[in-house]
Amino acid sequence: MKLNKILLASSALTVAGGLAFAASHAEMADSMTLVSWGGAYQSSQVKAYSEPYMEMHPEVSVSWDESSNEAVAKLRAMNEAGNVTWDLVDVVASDAIRLCDEGLAMEIDPDEDLAAAPDGTSAEDDFGDLLVSDCFIPQIVYSTTFGYRTDMVPEGVEPPSDICSVFDLETYPGKRSLEKRPINNMEWALLCDGVAKDDVYDVLETDEGQQQALDKLATIKDDVVWWSAGADTPQLLADGEVFMGSTYNGRLFSVIEEQDQPVAMMWDAQVFDLDGWIIPAGLPEDRLARVKDFLKFATDTQRLADQAKYISYGPARASSAPLVGKHAELGIEMGPHMPTDPANATNTFLYNYEWWADYRDDIDAKFQAWLAQ
Amino acid sequence: MSDTKATGPQTTDAPTPDDGPHSAASLRGTDETDARGGLVTADGKSLKSSLNRALRMQKMRALMLIAPLLVFVLVTFIAPIASMLFRSVENEIVANTLPLTTERLQDWDGTTGDIPDEGVFQGLFFDLFLAAEAKEHTKLGTRLNYEQTGVSSLFRQSGRRLDDMGEVYQDPLEDLDEAWEEGATWYELMSGTGAKDTALVANQRQRYNLLTSSSDSGDIGFAPSSAISEMLPLTARAYTAFATFTVYADEDVVAEEDPWEAVYAALALDLMTPGTAEKVAAYSGPRADLLQAAAGLDFPPADFTAGFADIDEDWAAHETWQTIQTYSPKYTNGYFLNSVDLKKTADGFEARPENERIYITLFQRTMFMSMVITCSCILLAYPVAWILANLPARTANLLMILVLLPFWTSLLVRTSAWKVMLQQQGVINDVLVWLGLVADDARLVMINNQLGTIIAMTHILLPFMILPMYSVMQTINPSYLRAAKSLGATNWTAFWRVYFPQSVPGIGAGSILVFILSIGYYITPEIVGGTKGVFISNRIAYHISSSLNWGLAAALGTILFAVVLILYWAYDKIVGIDNVKLG
Repeated sequence: MKLNKILLASSALTVAGGLAFAASHAEMADSMTLVSWGGAYQSSQVKAYSEPYMEMHPEVSVSWDESSNEAVAKLRAMNEAGNVTWDLVDVVASDAIRLCDEGLAMEIDPDEDLAAAPDGTSAEDDFGDLLVSDCFIPQIVYSTTFGYRTDMVPEGVEPPSDICSVFDLETYPGKRSLEKRPINNMEWALLCDGVAKDDVYDVLETDEGQQQALDKLATIKDDVVWWSAGADTPQLLADGEVFMGSTYNGRLFSVIEEQDQPVAMMWDAQVFDLDGWIIPAGLPEDRLARVKDFLKFATDTQRLADQAKYISYGPARASSAPLVGKHAELGIEMGPHMPTDPANATNTFLYNYEWWADYRDDIDAKFQAWLAQ
Repeated sequence: MSDTKATGPQTTDAPTPDDGPHSAASLRGTDETDARGGLVTADGKSLKSSLNRALRMQKMRALMLIAPLLVFVLVTFIAPIASMLFRSVENEIVANTLPLTTERLQDWDGTTGDIPDEGVFQGLFFDLFLAAEAKEHTKLGTRLNYEQTGVSSLFRQSGRRLDDMGEVYQDPLEDLDEAWEEGATWYELMSGTGAKDTALVANQRQRYNLLTSSSDSGDIGFAPSSAISEMLPLTARAYTAFATFTVYADEDVVAEEDPWEAVYAALALDLMTPGTAEKVAAYSGPRADLLQAAAGLDFPPADFTAGFADIDEDWAAHETWQTIQTYSPKYTNGYFLNSVDLKKTADGFEARPENERIYITLFQRTMFMSMVITCSCILLAYPVAWILANLPARTANLLMILVLLPFWTSLLVRTSAWKVMLQQQGVINDVLVWLGLVADDARLVMINNQLGTIIAMTHILLPFMILPMYSVMQTINPSYLRAAKSLGATNWTAFWRVYFPQSVPGIGAGSILVFILSIGYYITPEIVGGTKGVFISNRIAYHISSSLNWGLAAALGTILFAVVLILYWAYDKIVGIDNVKLG
């Protein structure tokens, strides 16, 4: 499963440039292991971050490891074994918080370690609220949202545009695919069971509220296919197995625009989440220096905007948004496909990290018991 | 050798003193007897020990030959499994992070419904302060959150706000004299003169090492004087903890660093202790003047109970303390109780609420479905193995490739292929609809349920059943069947009474292989199992990689391991392991 892609720069310039550079950056390691998710997302990072970086620093070799989905467990095991081989790890924000809690990720100082915006705004202000943990450097805002088959909408019925159409089997008969975990599903269920958006987490804190959410989900349980990998819903939609399903918005973008399937987005009540970098704790000095140098480059305003050329995830810096242009291959404007685009973001949720960190174990036990019934 | 005669281990072939040294010497040539009548070799050692030595050498040589494999198995297989299983009872993190708190909590009676007294909260303050500096408190929060919802953020938030609690005491001291702001003042005051309290330093070093799982042992360049340590015990302890941390974790010099707020709080607590003021008045070490001035200060009353309740009301909740007390011991059966749907409580255990029970169901389902998969493998594999065993070798080899082909294909590919086959818009349903056997709006549901798991896993594990059956059937002599028939047996009787009993060892071997493999499967059930077709291994994988509750994962794994051993033992008792043949 572990596919390491070693990217090496060549040519005579390497030697010349390398020598010149070695003199000024003698203390930096000349190789890095970056960890990411593989697939289209990783290749957008390769194109936007690591290839330009290697052009500037031909002496550096970068290898990629596609282990992000088990990064927390692997980092913990590496840390216990006292041999951390990763230099920079791409994780979702909730994992970053846990890694920070466990002391497995290094704390960073945004203003010192990250580049300021071109207009001089400090990195801390530019990222703003998205710096949800002391160890976390956000790259993108993505969302978990619904897509539906346009050819399966019953005749004479408006296409679904409201989150509650997921729970409306009468108007929109057909199967749905939902993620096999409580996060997001519980919130959507409560929203469609008459709970106000601001009260969702207060209600969900109580046993009755949790039961209420599960009861609401039970109304569609027989028509749900539960997914555990992000690629499941796109496959189910493409095969016509389900009518609508939740997944990451970038996956739906690729089903709709790249594979040209009869699928449309339903942005209502999309849940924003963040993905970004953490530096593992306890790196040797030379590797740390190299990683910090790369990180400063790869999270600057232009680089984050560049990434949006390859995938429909919104850059985490406020200053990057105006720089987002067209898709590198399809040539379509990426702005309207961003989850953060005003037209798409009329009704949104932000993943409540602290709340789920507390309730995750408890609610997950109940959710799994409910699923198994 | 002296007791040779008494126990007589050599009496059968070794000469006894009665047949005399002569015969023995003449027989063995070089052998001679020693003073007590035993046989000796030419170099004067007794024959028995020489023989033993030679045998031992032989065993050693054999051991040396297998040593690489043995070491490999021990290091890469036995040791990791043992250490993983050990996690199912290990629970040192609570006592290591909160040593004072857990010690003082021992005397607390959790059944009365009261929260612990001020002393426990005081201990918690100092424990948590050091843990927060070392960033270990959130680990404990995560650990205890598995047992009680909300502890995770309770610890995270408390860690951030401990400074405020200490500043209440820091401010009056610094207002009194700016010298209290200086790290050097503190260093001079605490170092004092005369005998040093090295025991306290060693004690704090050990605590630091336990807390951070490190093994630092260097000199920290500081030790409180015995006089200070005796007069201001809390301050001495808090300052030594600070000094230890400064040297080991921050790699700074103690005298140059300003102490933590916790040290100021400790000093205030010491000075408020009755009797200390008199001792301070009589003290004459370095900076005694500062200390005497501080003794006259009017500190806010020590109320850590209220302080913690102010940070988060959960600290004033009985339940929080009960959880900490229940999980104070270094070893716990809590994980095992959790893995059988029970809950550890202050006095024993109780059943979990109905809507949280899942593991017993999953264990039962894993066992049941593994049996079903094993049975369907037997039914499908038996005819295939029989055909293979009875065909001419050339054709059999060709067909064998078909059996082995799945082995050479990735497990994920095979499982995903089943998805394409079985889903409602999949190949099988399409064919059935096309044939008119199934209506288009009533397509069969064959995936994301138990049926999907059974079909996919039967296919994937089939070779493990066919191969042992085939090799056993190959050895069955066809003339037995012919003999039975020539004696008048019908086809069925000949098969059932003559052929089948001889093929049972193959079924046994295949069944054990398939059953044990399927008990531990998790990739296939995860992909095609939906909600009702998942196994206990899926939960183990979840706890290893997602929830990070490795203790619970280890407990579940240990139980699964024990169940497999018990079933193996039962199999041995009922069928007999000698009846298992792989060929």
